[in-house]
Amino acid sequence: MKNKGKLLAVPGLLWLGIFFVIPLLFVVILAFSQRGVYGEIIYTFTLENFSRFFEPLYIQIFFESLIVAVATTLICLLLGYPLAYMITRVNPKWQNAWLLIVMLPFWINFLVRSYAWVIILRSQGLVNTFLQSIGLIDQPLTLLYTPGAVLLGMVYALLPFIILPIYVSLEQLDRKKLEAAYDLGASPLKAFWHVTLPLSMPGVISGSILVFVSSLGMFVVPDIMGGAKSALFGNIIQNQFLSARDWPFGSALSMVVVLFSIILIFLYYRATQSQEKLEGRG
Amino acid sequence: MMKMRKHLLFAYSMMIVAFLYLPIAVLILYSFNDSRINATWEGFTLKWYQSLFQNDRVLEALYNSLTVAVITTVVTTILAALLALALHRYKFRFGKVFNGLIYLPILIPEILMGLSMLVMFSQFEINMGKTTLIIAHITFCLSFAIVIIMARLSGMGQDLEEAAEDLGASPWQTFRHVTLPIISPGLIAAALMTFTMSLDDFVISFFVSGPNSTTLPLYIYGMVKRGVSPEINALSTILILAIIVMIVIAESLAFKGTKRSQ
Repeated sequence: MKNKGKLLAVPGLLWLGIFFVIPLLFVVILAFSQRGVYGEIIYTFTLENFSRFFEPLYIQIFFESLIVAVATTLICLLLGYPLAYMITRVNPKWQNAWLLIVMLPFWINFLVRSYAWVIILRSQGLVNTFLQSIGLIDQPLTLLYTPGAVLLGMVYALLPFIILPIYVSLEQLDRKKLEAAYDLGASPLKAFWHVTLPLSMPGVISGSILVFVSSLGMFVVPDIMGGAKSALFGNIIQNQFLSARDWPFGSALSMVVVLFSIILIFLYYRATQSQEKLEGRG
Repeated sequence: MMKMRKHLLFAYSMMIVAFLYLPIAVLILYSFNDSRINATWEGFTLKWYQSLFQNDRVLEALYNSLTVAVITTVVTTILAALLALALHRYKFRFGKVFNGLIYLPILIPEILMGLSMLVMFSQFEINMGKTTLIIAHITFCLSFAIVIIMARLSGMGQDLEEAAEDLGASPWQTFRHVTLPIISPGLIAAALMTFTMSLDDFVISFFVSGPNSTTLPLYIYGMVKRGVSPEINALSTILILAIIVMIVIAESLAFKGTKRSQ
């Protein structure tokens, strides 16, 4: 009688099982299947899709995407950390308002936010019109559809992702440790470098993973702000499903992204666990 | 010295906030600009909004978006509330697995979720349309809604419910008069966020929509691919403002809830 309430969980769990787990299993199966001549799927086991990933064309785009992802993550950190730090320093009354302000753009989709940059950067856009009107340039500069534009768009899209985890770890930071550092005569800069920064590492790392993983799968920003040559790994995956109709290959590529993400998350998990052990001992 | 450093930090932070909002502000501003092609300001106009509301395809996309969002919100909130209540009240043998199942959809890249559902629907030969859109939207919103409601439930503890039962309330009475009033801000917040996420979603919808189920973000994508136009600005502005209003309400409700319980 008392456990009848457990049944309340059934519809939700069933839903996730059917519409979340089963589709993922399909992707795994597809990644090891073959593509027929007309794009149909032939369920015979093959590793060909994964070996194709190592073809120069794809491996090159993968490495380019890795570089973009690393750069995006680093820039997001440089921009996001001070902002998160600032929010922990304002009057607690205003902290939630600040968080809301910083997180609001997160709710507006990548498409609209990338398009906003198109208005600013295109050849008849805001920047070029302004520079021409003050006579600094004669011909419009090519700002859009460049690798730089893609990087800018990625940072812009993913910046809110990194702020929240860093804020949370800074907020939970043990103030006593900081006071101890000051009592021992540490300068604010030294105290930050040796106490605040190391203690906020869990937030830094989980935020970085979030940005890194998201940027590896991103196809909207390069699609809107990048040229034909700035396709990233996400675009290659998207292409396999839409124009190329090679779903097995697309599935294999998306599994590469997931595998990469799982490894990162696992490493992070290991790192935080060993850190907790260290802190427990000390 | 310390003061100056603080001011410097504040100025730097302000610049980053400006970076976050400037493009959105420009987009909104230009939806009122009289010029079709140029970036120069030619005067205030509402004509882009007027032309939107005379465009049948825009209205159809709006109708599709709202239908999908409303159904998604109702189903998601109910499923999430039931699941959150059960997880809150009872210990499950596979509790950890269930938790993983709930958090995983938040963690995996959107593109994977979209394409995996595309694969499943097509393997079961289900035609893409509003139904597949709604199923996909419920799936990616469910986890967020559960997390929001769970946060509200864990803030309330079990004392009140136990007290009600000790006083002889039936499980239904306890739920109706104790649990529900306490979690209702969480339910409303979850519903509002679900509605927003559904209305705003592009990536997952991109994979699972059919020819007759174009939503607003998908319509905007089509427009952007054809080139820049002030109508895109107007339509995006409507979407942005709707999202901002709903998220601010949802956040303030969720925040109010946690404050009271502390």
